[in-house]
Amino acid sequence: MDVLFDNLDLYGPGFLTTIELFALAAVGSLILGTILAMLRVSPVPVLRAGGTTYVTLFRNTPLTLIFFFFAFAFPLLKIVQIDFFVSAVVALTLYTSAFVCEVVRSGINTVPVGQAEAGRAIGLTFGQILASIVLPQATRSVVPPMVSTMIALIKNTTIASGFSVVEAGAIQSYLSERGYSVMIGLLWVALGFVILVIPMTLLQRSLEKRWSVAR
Amino acid sequence: MSSVLFDSPGPKARIRHRIYGAAGLLAFAALIGFIVLRFADEGQFDGKLWSWLQYETVQLELLSALGNTLRAFAAGAVLALVFGAIFAAGRLSDHAIFRVPSTVIVEFFRAVPLVVMIFFFHFGISLGAPFYSVVLGLTLYNGSVLAEVFRAGVLSLPSGQGEAAYAIGMRKTQVMQTVLLPQALRAMLPAIISQLVVLLKDTALGFLITYEELLRYARFLGGIAEFGRPLVPITIVVAAMYIVMCLALTGLAKYLEGRNRRNKKAPIPDKKPDDVVLANEPMN
Repeated sequence: MDVLFDNLDLYGPGFLTTIELFALAAVGSLILGTILAMLRVSPVPVLRAGGTTYVTLFRNTPLTLIFFFFAFAFPLLKIVQIDFFVSAVVALTLYTSAFVCEVVRSGINTVPVGQAEAGRAIGLTFGQILASIVLPQATRSVVPPMVSTMIALIKNTTIASGFSVVEAGAIQSYLSERGYSVMIGLLWVALGFVILVIPMTLLQRSLEKRWSVAR
Repeated sequence: MSSVLFDSPGPKARIRHRIYGAAGLLAFAALIGFIVLRFADEGQFDGKLWSWLQYETVQLELLSALGNTLRAFAAGAVLALVFGAIFAAGRLSDHAIFRVPSTVIVEFFRAVPLVVMIFFFHFGISLGAPFYSVVLGLTLYNGSVLAEVFRAGVLSLPSGQGEAAYAIGMRKTQVMQTVLLPQALRAMLPAIISQLVVLLKDTALGFLITYEELLRYARFLGGIAEFGRPLVPITIVVAAMYIVMCLALTGLAKYLEGRNRRNKKAPIPDKKPDDVVLANEPMN
């Protein structure tokens, strides 16, 4: 307990930075991921190929490598000067977008084509079909896996600690400087993440049960 | 092509699509062009920065770093599969003594970030060589996820399979071993391999605790002045290596999935295939 209460000045800002990183990267990757998914389901072959290439490259690259690139190699290219926090958000966004894209795309694909065809047959416009037939069903199947993706994102923010963004994962190095037990300190960090993640897991479970489409 | 979102295009739509295609092509070309130009401007394509590729020592060291990555992957994969099998059995048990602790352990290790676990083993309880911390972390995290995959596999089987086995007088262990597990494993093989891709990528976390794997070597080589500090080239090479390895594993998963689908004897999960895929989208 002492380790936690004596170092609240570390844990507080640490977890706050974690949540900031998570929030910014979540918004960014939801936007970019949705755009990528739109590219991947579009009727234009060039756009589809572009989306597919992006997803293939980023899904199969370790996130650590993307952080590595932004921490060490990106400054050499002298495009823009960005600090560690911004590059951490960018790295997390670029990586998570590929997963968000796949979730959105597979969600759209779970809606049978016949549904939209029936909509067209009764004379609904494209917008109406999207708003009242396809999207409601897609959302139902998308939200639970999207929550898992977001859980993965919040855990992935810890990798930033290895690249000098002060957040919850970096607490251990400060603790050892102050002479506190790193082991106990990291247990508190682990507990903090369990507290952050468990509610999201419960939300995901309940959504999965409540929203599963009976087909 | 007709999908949920788009009707088969008519003549007007085809022209529109062609315009979008051209615009998209232009945008992609501009993006790639900008990156290549940036690289060229900063001299990242200079021969000197790529000269390290010619040295035999560098090649051998790169291979040995790759070997270290694969070693952590192999050890982690085998142990995670064992861990997953044991704890999936625990979670499916009828006895609360086994079920409750298994559930708590699986949920705990799924919730804690892998980095924190690896730091805990390395800095917290000082396991010694970074290799052990990396492998232990990979085992606990991916093992927990695999336990869920195995469990989902068993639960997704038609309930009649187990009921029939009980009806002819098998005990629970027999039902599991001879009826449910073989089918579940087969149905879940693609999901299991997808999780192994995650495990392979996560070996890169060893970089953070100085495990001598691919990224660590990239950092080392990228700092050598003699080669002009080739950080960008080595990052590109290492990224290509990871992508090729992961794509090979993904290819294996796709092949097995295709074979499963063709094989009439393969079990048909109760749920629709899409739901199963969605439920098993690996946590990255």
